[in-house]
Amino acid sequence: MSIGQHHGGGVIVLSFIIALALHMLALPDWAEPLRPDWLVLVLVYWCIAIPERVGVIIGWLAGLLLDVASGALLGQNALTLAIVAYLALRLHQRIRVFPLWQQSVSVMLLVTLHLMLALWIKGIIGQSIETWIYWLPALSSLFAWPLVYLTLRHLRREYRVR
Amino acid sequence: MILVFVSAALMAVDHRQNYLENVRGAISVLVYPLQYLVNLPVSASSWIGENLSSRETLLEENARLKMQHTLFKARLLKLNAIKAENLRLRELLQSSKKVGEQVLIGELLAVDLEPFTRQIVINKGSRDGVYLGQPLIGAEGVMGQIVHLGPLSATAMLITDANHAIPVQLNRSGLRAIAVGTGAPDQLSIPYLPISTDIVEGDLLVSSGLGGRFPPDYPVAVVSHVEKDPTQPYAVIHAIPTAKLERSREVLLVWPAGRQRQADAAEEAAPASAEAAPP
Repeated sequence: MSIGQHHGGGVIVLSFIIALALHMLALPDWAEPLRPDWLVLVLVYWCIAIPERVGVIIGWLAGLLLDVASGALLGQNALTLAIVAYLALRLHQRIRVFPLWQQSVSVMLLVTLHLMLALWIKGIIGQSIETWIYWLPALSSLFAWPLVYLTLRHLRREYRVR
Repeated sequence: MILVFVSAALMAVDHRQNYLENVRGAISVLVYPLQYLVNLPVSASSWIGENLSSRETLLEENARLKMQHTLFKARLLKLNAIKAENLRLRELLQSSKKVGEQVLIGELLAVDLEPFTRQIVINKGSRDGVYLGQPLIGAEGVMGQIVHLGPLSATAMLITDANHAIPVQLNRSGLRAIAVGTGAPDQLSIPYLPISTDIVEGDLLVSSGLGGRFPPDYPVAVVSHVEKDPTQPYAVIHAIPTAKLERSREVLLVWPAGRQRQADAAEEAAPASAEAAPP
């Protein structure tokens, strides 16, 4: 890992920290189910932008932090985020060239996968959730993706993160 | 692939055993500054609100609180006499039940956790002597218990969480039951009571202290709905928690008198803490 090749690690770390903080930010009751999965969005962005630096292991670690921060079963988000990162890595060349709206849809599918895996895990340990509201973050992530994408792209170019 | 197995193993161990509490506690130290940061705007706004409130409102509040204080003090005078009497009578009966419990005030962090679970984060951890499974009590009743413990913070499960159950007792008749959380913010359900049970709307449920986790005789909930269908073996009973679970900012952490299962060892059982004081 030489300094010349890698640049702007601080921006990546900071973006993950902000995403984690957004997950914990207390929202009013009506807005809580609408909270986008910020961590998934940020992770997917870095996976498709610089796949050689951010990947499954970073996703796993970020998920572990989210587990502890949110009081979920230890390993639940670690597993789902690792899988999401893996898929994003596999598809990064395709997603990269999509127009923004098409990207949003593919990101929504990834978030849906993340939610579905989490639902299975919860079902296995007996915390089943039987409401459609559970799936709303997928929809809000669809609308949050352009925001995340444009912000992070701007930051990546500004600080020349490679 | 390896990470998938590691995660699966982690989840299995975390679900079944308590080995990982230390790991979780260690990582929670990393997360705590972030939680503190997220909480900052909320605490700052309440601080600003306090500082900007006008002289009149402050005077008014002061007068009201003074009155309340006098009232409570007068009641406390009586309570002390009653406590002494109770102790004397218990000694006469040679029963070893202790009344006093140690408490510590914890403050809630305005942090959102997993959706669809009823959990809260408080700003006291193992450094303050908090232990796993410790009961949490609000001004109006039982709130929940500690489920995850870090050095600086702890996560508590509220009694309304779908995974929570608390042994209760009907204050009127002494009937024992279990109050199970439903996942809804202000509803408990009391299952497995036969339809012949003597229970009506408005009955107060207090903690029974069975199981040794919660201290006995704290109010838990008020029965709000009783449905006795003759074709069903059990009655459908709902109750509303007396504690303001969604509104409290401060909680009381309680060290029950008989924490080490032997009621006589109560004095050693309560961990030393600078802020702990008898209620």
